[in-house]
Amino acid sequence: MNVIILSAIWGVLMMYVGFITKNKNVPTYVAIAGIILLLVVNWMEYLGMFFFNVDTKGMLEYDSFSLIFNQVILFSTLVYFLLSGSQVSSFKNNVSDLYALIFFIITGISVVAGFKSLLMLFIGIEIISIPLYVLAGSEKSNLKSNEAALKYFLMGAFSTGLMLMGIAFLYGNAGTFMLEGIQIGATEITPMLSIGLILLLCSMSFKVSAAPFHFWTPDVYDGSPTVFTSFMATIVKSAAFFAFFKLFQNAFGNIREEWGILVAIIAVFTLLIGNITAVFQQSFKRMLSYSSIAQAGFMLLGVFAMNSFAKQGLILYFAAYSLATIGIFAVLAKFKDHSIEAFNGFAKQYPLVALGMLICILSLAGIPLTAGFFAKYYMLLGVIEHGNMIWLAIFAVICAAVSVYYYFRVVQAIYFKETTIQADVTFSKPFAYIMLANAGLIIVLGIHPDWLLSYLNI
Amino acid sequence: MFTAFDNFPALLIWLPLIGGLLSFLLKKEGMARIVSMASSLLSVVVVVASMIYAKPEHALLNQVSYAWLHGLGSSFSFLLDELTKTLCLLTAIVFPIVLLVVKKNQYKNEHIFFGLLMLTQCGLMGVFMAADALVFYFFWELALIPVYFLSSIWGGEKRIKATFKFFIYTFIGSLLLLIGILYMYLQTEDQSFSIVSFYRLQLTAQQQFGLFFLFFSAFAIKMPIVPFHTWQPEAYEQAPTPVTMVLSGVMVKMGVFGVIRWLLPLFPLAVKEFNGPIILLISVGMIYASLIAIKQDSLKRLIAYSSIAHIGLMAAGVFALKDIAMQGVILQMFNHGINIVALWVVADMIEKQTGVCKISELGGIATKAPVLSVFFVVAAMANIALPLTNAFVGEFMIFNGLFNYNPWIAALAGISIILSAIYTLNMIKNVLYGSTNSVTEGFTDASTTQIIVFSILVSFILTIGIYPEPLLNVIKTASSIPLFPFK
Repeated sequence: MNVIILSAIWGVLMMYVGFITKNKNVPTYVAIAGIILLLVVNWMEYLGMFFFNVDTKGMLEYDSFSLIFNQVILFSTLVYFLLSGSQVSSFKNNVSDLYALIFFIITGISVVAGFKSLLMLFIGIEIISIPLYVLAGSEKSNLKSNEAALKYFLMGAFSTGLMLMGIAFLYGNAGTFMLEGIQIGATEITPMLSIGLILLLCSMSFKVSAAPFHFWTPDVYDGSPTVFTSFMATIVKSAAFFAFFKLFQNAFGNIREEWGILVAIIAVFTLLIGNITAVFQQSFKRMLSYSSIAQAGFMLLGVFAMNSFAKQGLILYFAAYSLATIGIFAVLAKFKDHSIEAFNGFAKQYPLVALGMLICILSLAGIPLTAGFFAKYYMLLGVIEHGNMIWLAIFAVICAAVSVYYYFRVVQAIYFKETTIQADVTFSKPFAYIMLANAGLIIVLGIHPDWLLSYLNI
Repeated sequence: MFTAFDNFPALLIWLPLIGGLLSFLLKKEGMARIVSMASSLLSVVVVVASMIYAKPEHALLNQVSYAWLHGLGSSFSFLLDELTKTLCLLTAIVFPIVLLVVKKNQYKNEHIFFGLLMLTQCGLMGVFMAADALVFYFFWELALIPVYFLSSIWGGEKRIKATFKFFIYTFIGSLLLLIGILYMYLQTEDQSFSIVSFYRLQLTAQQQFGLFFLFFSAFAIKMPIVPFHTWQPEAYEQAPTPVTMVLSGVMVKMGVFGVIRWLLPLFPLAVKEFNGPIILLISVGMIYASLIAIKQDSLKRLIAYSSIAHIGLMAAGVFALKDIAMQGVILQMFNHGINIVALWVVADMIEKQTGVCKISELGGIATKAPVLSVFFVVAAMANIALPLTNAFVGEFMIFNGLFNYNPWIAALAGISIILSAIYTLNMIKNVLYGSTNSVTEGFTDASTTQIIVFSILVSFILTIGIYPEPLLNVIKTASSIPLFPFK
């Protein structure tokens, strides 16, 4: 609750910052201060200190899972601001508005983190989506950015429509929007319930860009300004996954046997399409969009398994994936040329930044000693514990091996190839240190994930 | 008084790790070499000390463990028993030799080169000593990463492609291994990754069959067994020679070791079911690899294919499930490490001086470089497993076991030994003898450092060949645990 209200207030505050000062760096500092404040108040809520007491009639409820998720999201946003803040402030005007939109998205994410009612889910998802449409189109003079925004808007509106229809069916079946009410009623399956479930499954798959509902993803991620692609592909995607998991656990957990196979099939398609298509990409940015689809396939395994391993694993996955992807995008955003060749010989020019990026890539590929390994590890453990579906785990690791192929193309370019195009990029010292700190954090989580997961009371 | 023993395994992990990390930081010329040399020599001392002081009856005390992932039932635990000691000794001996082979200023950014080499050593020691499946998996992967970077940065012309193939192959194998480990973990009663809990598991035949293939694929790729071998010749050829020595001398033993330590005791039913076809596959593969070796013109590729045949023999020996063969395999793992490193030293010298490694372009080196030639002949004899060389003892024991298992299979595998004589002697003849040509005209003999390397290797080859007793005493009891379920 602390975060919802304070982030909304801070968003409004951000808009006023634009009036007060014309200095472009000030909004970044104010935003960083705001995120740190949110991190603190969220932690206080975890420790049992509440600033606001709003009676939501049980529609919002925060347990340790929600709060730790919030903490991960807020921390990732902090890293995002630290690394990409300079890119946001390089926009011609309305810098503070862009930050304000990001804070509103965080409000939406906090609503999603605690929803106990389908209404709250819908409101949360909408609060996240609408500012995102604006962010996707924030490069007004760029046609691709406009296209991305429109595409994202149409697809988003379509999937929201599906979601509303699904919610309506569920309401018709159970007579309530509360998840508990639906869960109790869900033990026997009526046609209305199954239609509602499938509609919600489709719309959530849209939101997390799972195949076969992924077609918007590459275009939108590729067309949007790189700074905001980074935000969309990590933090927002994590939030969508959290909603997916929570909805299906709390509303349909009892009839898992019925829909489990559907999620498994979606996961298989997502892994296959994401990984195979990523192999053929020449543009680094597009490759990362497909890799984000592939990573979504792995996270879907958590939704499929839906046990305590999956719960811990998803939290770790959000952290590992977001930190690594934000790091990579922060470097990529400085390049004008988004092809992989642009990175040839990068390590010789900027050894520290390259090292940070290397660890981010290794983490995405799931190499041991990085957080990405344990993220995948928990997903596999969850699937294997579920039983009878070992083939799914085997399929997933084969896809993980394919993913090594395209991730390591970047490693090869950075470390083993000679410089071909002299890219005119500069990295400041602080940027390099933050990259390294981020990489260090990824390694710490890769050696001892318990430091994060022990806070979950599962 | 046992506290000293407890620390042996920990020391073997920490020494190379610290040596490696220090090397990264020491940019000053030559410093990294001294640090890594010191740490690798200290490892030798530790291994030798552990062999002298830690008697078999203390094997269980010879463990060290740190709490790691409490929630997951994994602890950072290592053990040092007879099997492990032999392989740790090999690892410890190979690395100083490798460091000696690297010339001054041969590689750019020397400190990173040495640092990565030491990290490889750390990973290998971890694989051999791990007493916890998750730790085993961790080190199994970690040994691979520095090698990937070493080969890709300092390797030959086609290094990126060759090394990448190697990486992808082993990565797929190890991921399958991971699934197997996770499945077993969920079956254990106390939810633990410890090797003791794994050994205690009673799995049904059905479960064992599936798990057997998950584990075996990882080990088979690493060894490599035909038809999983295609990464190997290219990787050996393209990697810088010091790395090739580590790869072929120590790293491929990870596969054989994995079979002995994990596969046999864990899945006895599956092993009994499948060992016949596997031995047959391996024997055919050995002949296939030997035939290809005969046709090779590249010195490096010849050694690479010959290595496939030799490793195949060890793998066949393991699956024969006989005490004598198992002891032979453990001894032979050590011997093969020494012998193949010796061959690479020669190949490296020849290539560095002449710039070619095509056998057809060489000739007449014996007249120009007598010391090198003598050494080369000794190494080649050891490769054929002639009596008085170390490999004779090991391969004799393996064949003894194989013959007990099935005389026909032993005969089939024996063909590859005959073939190995053909290609090895052919290589000797064409490289050392004949008339000198423009390429070998200016060939000079070994330097002092190289003679030191030679004498270390030759002394191992001959000592074990003539008096294998001390090493055999260490190995004697090592076959009891892996073969226990089959008695």
